Amino acid sequence: MDLGLSEEQGLLKNAARDFLEKECPEAFVREMEEDERGYSPEFWQMMAAQGWQGIVIPEQYGGTGMTFTDLIVLLEEFGRALVPGPFISTVVLGAMPILEAGTEEQKQQFLPKIATGDLIVTLALTEPSAKWDADGVAMPAKANGDSFVLNGTKLFVPDAHVTDYMLVAARTKESASPEDGITLFLVDSKSKGIEFTVLKTIAEDKQCEVAFNEVRVPKANVLGEVDKGWPIIQGVKSKAAVAACAYLVGLSQMDFDTSLDYAKERIQFGRPIGSFQAIQHKFADMIIDVDGSRFITYKAAWALQENEPDAEMLVSMAKAWCNEATRRVVAHGQQIHGGIGFTKDYKIELYFRRQKWMELMWGDADYHRELVAAKLEA
Amino acid sequence: MDFRFTAEEEAFRQEVREFIRREMPPDWEGVFLEEEEEDWKQGRAFVKKLSQKGWVAPAWPKEYGGMEASPALQLVYNEEMGYHRAPIGSIIQAVGYIGPAILFFGTEEQKNQHLPPITAGEIVWCQGFSEPEAGSDLASLKCRAVKDGDDWVINGDKIWTSNAHRSEWCILLARTDPAAPKHKGISFFLVDMQTPGITVQPTINMANVHSFNQVFFEDVRVPSSALLGQENQGWYIAAMTLDYERSSLVAAAVSMAKRGLDDLVEYCKETKVNGRSLLDNPLVRHKLSEMAIEIEVGKYMVYRVVSQQARKEPGSIEAAVCKLYNTEMDVRLANTGIQILGLYGQLHKDSKWVRMMGRFQKSYLYAIAMVIGGGSSEIQRNIIAMRGLGLPRG
Repeated sequence: MDLGLSEEQGLLKNAARDFLEKECPEAFVREMEEDERGYSPEFWQMMAAQGWQGIVIPEQYGGTGMTFTDLIVLLEEFGRALVPGPFISTVVLGAMPILEAGTEEQKQQFLPKIATGDLIVTLALTEPSAKWDADGVAMPAKANGDSFVLNGTKLFVPDAHVTDYMLVAARTKESASPEDGITLFLVDSKSKGIEFTVLKTIAEDKQCEVAFNEVRVPKANVLGEVDKGWPIIQGVKSKAAVAACAYLVGLSQMDFDTSLDYAKERIQFGRPIGSFQAIQHKFADMIIDVDGSRFITYKAAWALQENEPDAEMLVSMAKAWCNEATRRVVAHGQQIHGGIGFTKDYKIELYFRRQKWMELMWGDADYHRELVAAKLEA
Repeated sequence: MDFRFTAEEEAFRQEVREFIRREMPPDWEGVFLEEEEEDWKQGRAFVKKLSQKGWVAPAWPKEYGGMEASPALQLVYNEEMGYHRAPIGSIIQAVGYIGPAILFFGTEEQKNQHLPPITAGEIVWCQGFSEPEAGSDLASLKCRAVKDGDDWVINGDKIWTSNAHRSEWCILLARTDPAAPKHKGISFFLVDMQTPGITVQPTINMANVHSFNQVFFEDVRVPSSALLGQENQGWYIAAMTLDYERSSLVAAAVSMAKRGLDDLVEYCKETKVNGRSLLDNPLVRHKLSEMAIEIEVGKYMVYRVVSQQARKEPGSIEAAVCKLYNTEMDVRLANTGIQILGLYGQLHKDSKWVRMMGRFQKSYLYAIAMVIGGGSSEIQRNIIAMRGLGLPRG
């Protein structure tokens, strides 16, 4: 039992921090908020040159074949630097399910290109009902000749407008159990009948409404089996929730570090505000929340990687905890910064807004607490 | 990053578990620190059995009756003791930090005199740190020790001395240089409680139990061998031992919390209200789920400290974080337990109507002691902010 990083993970973490401090400064994060695409192809290629898009892709498909917990270490650094763009979408929502459920042909088609940074992918799961469960997937896909035809709306789809392909969850069969009858399709984002509208969100990330109007998808583009897509999606949801946790851990650690520096420098009443106990005790509570988030996230990631029997419960525990703990951290961060924190002149507000985004993605605390309760009952 | 225990550690876990099941008093009610007289006796008998296995002090060197167990193996031991509510309250202080202080700072003679009786389950120790006017500000303590020939003569009052009335020996902080800055004029003594001039007076706690005492020292003459470490080094020794206290106690406490939660979940499954199980109540589900998550988070705070110890990395605030979080979590757990039991939650274990053996009623009271003793939550936050994060002193 060892909660520390392996030597490899330590190297990855340091390399990522150095790279991102240089290439992903606050100015770049703000620029990408204004940018219609929300990412820069140059930066995307630089990350690919680091081997990051291919981090969990096996070497035979052009990746570096590292583990899920390695990816989590990297994503913690992404949260710290508030890395914008479709990385989690492409790697966690795209590459991982293709790797797990794809045919050999599909893997050959998609994974090497993802690893080289030549393919951007996402998962279109949620709809206007805004539900994470199987009964939230209502959009129909009807078999027609050698194709399926998709009609309906997907909502809150991360980065869809810049993707080359989308994994789209659609209903191919009505059934007593909502988990039965869902199919995953690999859909070319340039297919006729698809329309993207970028949503304006609190974090200025790029989530989309994706409208499907008579979109034809070849039957060969089904991922896994027809009607049996839900277990694949469940696997993606768990990994995405842990990825969000890792991002929140890094984000809240940086909010904490930034606030700590500020409290040591900001003078009021003739002394640094960090000398006031009212502020000091906030910091003690913040570090508990940051550290508490980090280690339950590591545990959940490790349990998923090792296929531990309680992995799903741990994922829900981690997401429920990180959602609320990191919210407490960034709220304290705002309070410590006072007026300047409420402006766009200073970086702390970026963390505050992005925390809420990642808190809501892949299940809020109430959602995951209920999943934990269901497991306790079992 | 690897959360798996080794096969050897898992085998030891099974062995400890079976031992506890075999040797525990059958009607053991099992609440933290067996302070009532009957419980105390049972606890001492259990410690004697532990001693026969050589399991009293896992971390200690074998020559003093320890096991030289790795940090992970100690964790396994503490987890099992905690989860099964094993009655080891009478040795927690001696094994957790008094013995280690003697190990680090004692002479050969002191080690040979004091350590084997602890692992043999024969001797009970108490702690004379706090005073009526020196609580959180412990370094302002006034108890005096004055050199007289080869001896020391001690005068002063100590308070909150748990189990002083049952102890053979006492660790004591006393001022030996009143002219020095307050942290630098304190020495650490090992005092035989039978020495003339010591009076023990009970203080009854709010659970109506005699655990605490006030201890008066009036011209108590102890030999030079009573001094541990160097003269005026006492604060340093105490600060180090208190760090030990924090990490050794918490591993068992988190597992005990998990047991409390598991029992509560079982109770909710079995208890029907209006024909439905309590677990069907969304508010109950929410509370149980929240506690399950909070306990899990606390567990990995402990694991992190253990990992650091195993890697021999220097710790800073991790033990304080662990103590602060988990003792406050215990307060919430006890409250959750009582709330779920409703009116029954207030009943004492002796009531014929009692549910779950009154455990939450008792832990609701005792949890308050844990966020105060061993450095209050506020002191932990100060330590984290100033010692750990480098924030300036106010």
